[in-house]
Amino acid sequence: MKLITAIVKPYRLDEVKTALQELGVHGLTVTEASGYGRQRGHTEVYRGAEYRVDLVPKVRIEVVVEDAVADDVIDAIVGAAHTGKIGDGKVWAVPVETVVRVRTGERGPDAL
Amino acid sequence: MTLAAPHVDTGDTAWLLAATALVLLMTPGLALFYGGMVRTKSVLNMLMMSFVSIALVTVVWLAAGYSLAFGDDSFGGLIGGLGHAGMSGLGPDSVHGSVPTLLFATFQLTFAVVTAALISGAVADRTRFAAWLVFVPVWTLLVYVPVTHWVWGPGGWIMERLGALDFAGGLPVEITSGASGLALCLVLGPRLGFKRDAMRPHNLPMVMLGAGLLWFGWFGFNAGSALGANGLAAAAFLNTLAAGCTGLLGWLFVEQRRDGHPTTLGAASGAVAGLVAITPSCGTVSVLGALAVGLAAGVVCSYAVSWKFRLNYDDSLDVVGVHLVGGVIGTLLIGLFAEKAMTGGPQGLFYGGGLAPFGKQLLAVVVVAGYAFAVTYGLGKLIDRVLGFRASEEQEHTGLDLTVHAETAYDHGVLGHGAPVSASVLSSGQKVSNQA
Repeated sequence: MKLITAIVKPYRLDEVKTALQELGVHGLTVTEASGYGRQRGHTEVYRGAEYRVDLVPKVRIEVVVEDAVADDVIDAIVGAAHTGKIGDGKVWAVPVETVVRVRTGERGPDAL
Repeated sequence: MTLAAPHVDTGDTAWLLAATALVLLMTPGLALFYGGMVRTKSVLNMLMMSFVSIALVTVVWLAAGYSLAFGDDSFGGLIGGLGHAGMSGLGPDSVHGSVPTLLFATFQLTFAVVTAALISGAVADRTRFAAWLVFVPVWTLLVYVPVTHWVWGPGGWIMERLGALDFAGGLPVEITSGASGLALCLVLGPRLGFKRDAMRPHNLPMVMLGAGLLWFGWFGFNAGSALGANGLAAAAFLNTLAAGCTGLLGWLFVEQRRDGHPTTLGAASGAVAGLVAITPSCGTVSVLGALAVGLAAGVVCSYAVSWKFRLNYDDSLDVVGVHLVGGVIGTLLIGLFAEKAMTGGPQGLFYGGGLAPFGKQLLAVVVVAGYAFAVTYGLGKLIDRVLGFRASEEQEHTGLDLTVHAETAYDHGVLGHGAPVSASVLSSGQKVSNQA
């Protein structure tokens, strides 16, 4: 199993969700996040004083999937989140040893 | 021949009752205006500094402030007497002009309240609440009351002897609060992280709401200062609207040219700057004069607020840049724009009055600003030495809401109901009564 984490622009969240549903991914976790990559932040102006705001709003999407579909899921997320402009985000995958469904106690791929 | 006994005019009284309520609303409006501009962790403290000023100034005004400001002159136009201390000798039948004296005293009280509250903007985020509780009543007696006597009191030297003009409070309200704000922020020093951290307003809609309430209340402030329901009140009312509008537009114009964006904080600030400047002049200039006064204030004040970064004093919410500078502009421009048709008095330079009226306005500005700055600096230093004026570093870091008031303004999290997270009921009236 793989944990796939994606940091994307908030307004692409609906497209990513739709793409994952079409792939048959049953659940996901979304967290509001902030950060920056190469685009750095933005500038705000208050009474003429400029403030450099380094951290820009992002969403963090996490899904755990079986190894066999991990690449498809990554491709789907990248495709849905892509705008071609700076700040589109990152997607990465890490191995997962165990998953337990709290309600039933099922373990492994059955718990997904 | 006998003079007709003074009598109360019901129309004038009705208007002044309404105007008094409008001016009192300015202080809660100011609380929102200031509260929105500070960070989340100290918004309640900011609101409290205004609200508690209502209570403190009311008590000290009724005890002695009114009498010293508007009682019979007792010392060469510098201060009134204590004949009406505790409002003694004043009952429902006492008359001031065409309104009850008790109403006039209450109207003036609301001015004193908002003036003291204005100063809090200069020392936001870092003031010991206990020190503020001492500062406000003492400052009111030492600075606001004497200056008010100089300007409007019977025999006051600025209006009656010097002949300078101030219709609704450029000198006692705007210039004293601005100069005192500068003095106090020098006593306290800058906020932790000044010029390093972004101290952005946490709620601009709240700022806009506060500015709107201020503007609404300002009609009572300026048009009420006619002390009657009459043409002068109408002129002051219209001038107040006109100057607020050109102040707003002037500030936005500067922002668009300088920064590339017209901002909401700029619109609110520009309107307030225009209103500040028209306060002294609303009863002495025509509508064209009011439009010019507001525009001048909007443009100049939008540049003035950046002084604090260059000169290194942390006037947190720009009391100096808006109220001192705006008040000076409005008071000085009387010397240029005053019209005899309005005042029945001196003509400004632009209407053939020469430079003398401007000179009188300038002298009044310099003396009042200098007096307010010097006395406030001394008072601030004294309170700092005896009590400590500045909050501790830990309080300032954590925020004054939690550390001083044991409250937080917002519950943003999903885990608990505001900080501290996962609190349980430690004590309550219910528990106490169960044990009893």
